[in-house]
Amino acid sequence: MEALSNLIGGFSVLGDPMNIVYMFVGIGLGVLIGVLPGLGGANGVAILLPLTFSMSPVSAIIMLSSIYWGALFGGAITSVLFNIPGEPWSVATTFDGHPMAQRGKAGEALTGAFTGSFLGAFIAVLLITFLAPVIAKFALQFGPAEFFAVYLLTFCSFVGMGRESPFKVLAAMTLGFALAAVGIDTVTGQLRMTFGSTELLRGFDFLVAVIGLFGVGEILLTMEEGLAFKGKSAKINAKVVLETWKKLPAMWVGALRSAAVGCWMGITPGGATPASFMSYGLAKRFSKNGKNFGKGELEGVVMPEVAAHAAGTSALLPMLTLGIPGSPTAAVLLGGLLIWGLQPGPLLFVEQKDFVWGLIASIYLGNIAGLIVVLTTVPLFAAILRIPFSVIAPIILVICAVGAYTVHNAGLDIAVMLIFGVVGYIFKKLDYPLAPLVLALVLGDMAESSFRQAMLVSQGNIGIFWSNPLVGSIVTLALAMLFWPLITKVKERLMGGPRPAAAE
Amino acid sequence: MRSAFARSIQRFAAVCTAVAVLSPLSAWAWEPTKNVEFIVPAGTGGGADQMARMLQGIIQKNNLMAQSLVVINKSGGAGAEGFLDMKGSSGNPHKIIITLSNLFTTPLATGVPFKWDDLTPVAMLALDEFILWVNAKAPYDDVKGYLAALKAAQPGSEFKMGGTGSKQEDQIITAAIEQATGAKFIYVPYKGGGDVAAQLVGGHVTSSVNNPIEAVSQWRAGELKPLCVFDSQRLPYKEPVASGKSWADIPTCKDGGLDIEYLMLRGIFMAPKVTQDQVDYYVNLFKKVRETPEWKDFMEKGAFNTTMLSGAEYKAWLGKAAESHRSLMEKAGFIAK
Repeated sequence: MEALSNLIGGFSVLGDPMNIVYMFVGIGLGVLIGVLPGLGGANGVAILLPLTFSMSPVSAIIMLSSIYWGALFGGAITSVLFNIPGEPWSVATTFDGHPMAQRGKAGEALTGAFTGSFLGAFIAVLLITFLAPVIAKFALQFGPAEFFAVYLLTFCSFVGMGRESPFKVLAAMTLGFALAAVGIDTVTGQLRMTFGSTELLRGFDFLVAVIGLFGVGEILLTMEEGLAFKGKSAKINAKVVLETWKKLPAMWVGALRSAAVGCWMGITPGGATPASFMSYGLAKRFSKNGKNFGKGELEGVVMPEVAAHAAGTSALLPMLTLGIPGSPTAAVLLGGLLIWGLQPGPLLFVEQKDFVWGLIASIYLGNIAGLIVVLTTVPLFAAILRIPFSVIAPIILVICAVGAYTVHNAGLDIAVMLIFGVVGYIFKKLDYPLAPLVLALVLGDMAESSFRQAMLVSQGNIGIFWSNPLVGSIVTLALAMLFWPLITKVKERLMGGPRPAAAE
Repeated sequence: MRSAFARSIQRFAAVCTAVAVLSPLSAWAWEPTKNVEFIVPAGTGGGADQMARMLQGIIQKNNLMAQSLVVINKSGGAGAEGFLDMKGSSGNPHKIIITLSNLFTTPLATGVPFKWDDLTPVAMLALDEFILWVNAKAPYDDVKGYLAALKAAQPGSEFKMGGTGSKQEDQIITAAIEQATGAKFIYVPYKGGGDVAAQLVGGHVTSSVNNPIEAVSQWRAGELKPLCVFDSQRLPYKEPVASGKSWADIPTCKDGGLDIEYLMLRGIFMAPKVTQDQVDYYVNLFKKVRETPEWKDFMEKGAFNTTMLSGAEYKAWLGKAAESHRSLMEKAGFIAK
């Protein structure tokens, strides 16, 4: 097998001890970047990029991609402990991760998240190793209509199943779409809803909103409930890792599904954030424990993490072979490639064998190293919850404020974050769901512009969404997802006859 | 971390020596006294961002500046956020901005209260070229064939032009082609140049006006072919790039009967009301950058037009460019009311 011998060649590039050092430095920095909300992987890599000019391209990409792995791992930590997603793709991790921490199972949730991350990355890198040339071409089939279909599928797989009143879901989602529309409109180049204000030009960044809605909102709730972390009684036990691992094999079907969703979203390239939402939605619908999702179910932590990490890893493939970044971080890495004098594109795999296979080998080693680093620190992170709330709350608030500021270097964003905090608190009190709002805010923009691009291409003909088997099947699948509750009800009626209906 | 510390000691030592050697004949009176913010009015990963980070790396590696250069992206409102920030930093010499064509297009398209001469021009670093690309499977090999196909497709036009952003450089060139030929395109705006090139390879659009660096890898892989370059003369780079052809082999659009010239500014500006000494410092700094092998290599990879201008010449160029953008955008109906 040619791929195998190439991979072995790649590992020999890694044999240089300095490269291993860079890898661990990168992972460490990445975890830190992932933990700090606002300072996302893209920012972190961008800041460190100029430092790497004096290194060889192989060492540089190993260090920078290790930062990326570290950030993917680290994003889960604050999601679980404080309900603050450190990265966009760990929002879905908070849904069950934080309730678990509140029930004293922080260690278990973290172990599940980290192991899930590792699993996702591992499956994705296997895919890259053996199928790279075949699947790279797949991304080329994606035009505007196909991209819209994917976003539609994400929305539908997430929405069709909420326990909350559909009207509340709709209200939250509409608010999200409205907020996403503020700023420049990429299709017409016009400003929308900025009302002549300079500060509104940049729109509402998803990260600022999420830090406020989840982080600050959670602090307000906790204050009301008496200044105590519910997770205070967390058992800190070194064996928690092994005990959690015992529960994981039962989830293999869901994990495979999430990995498939993740790889697919990374390659197309839809990105890690929609992947995590979609796989959470799918798991909630198809898992036996689906009813417990949102209350602190281990499966609800593992699934989005598997998908996010699989997507984050496979996003490197379209970046290397086509020059299309699958995520913001990949976009910055792409800039790095050009600066080091490497031209991403179909020929990179042929002309820069050392570089490409060194990178792929470093994905294997980097993720193993990352898993070891984060797992050994699980008890340490879980112990943070033992610190009295009155001490840790101000620290969290400061970190949130710094994070909100860092996103755009804008002071006003701190105020925006606080307002979102109040909104988050009110939403919780009135029992409105936050997830649809966040989903609409992060994907609304992209869904809108791909829909309008598709309409431009077809000159307003909606038939473009069924114009070829690929887009047609995705859209049909999305609609089936949306109407799933209705379909199951009809099926029950048909199967069960009139009797159960009368009993209602 | 330790290596960064060691480097900063090294740099400190280098600066001490430099100061000791230069102080008697110090050529310029002003030098930065704290970190310099380098504003990029575009997102991370794009062409301007790449160039800014490249400059930051070169300046740091060659110890060209005693203080650090910190790159900050202010991309809101198609770059308006960055420009307004500069406009509001009157007299601050520790802030520079790299501009692309949105210096002219953003205020015109959005009506944001900003004009290019609100800022202090420092220097033009380079000009980015634009090339007309089509899919390698297209039945024509030159501009003439392309234009004939474009005309034949009228009306019910199936000709789609993919480009980066809306009412910015790519759409302006598209509008210029429309004005020159009387044809109509369906212009489809995408987020970045890489996306556009991939969409062209996938056959979702008919042509694009990508910068050389955005499409070169697809050209080399035999997926795309260049038809012409929107410059007054051919590119100077004679090194073969793809299947024996070099950048210099691409004819100008004018030769093919499409009389359009468009180049994108990659230039540096400072805030309003800075002193001449301060401007001179940065002009000198970027002159030194241009001498480094890293910069020359970067220019060749991206097939840039390496014209450098400063002072009155730069101002005159800017005035002309602003006027041509205004008239092109006016004719196309892109100006905000």
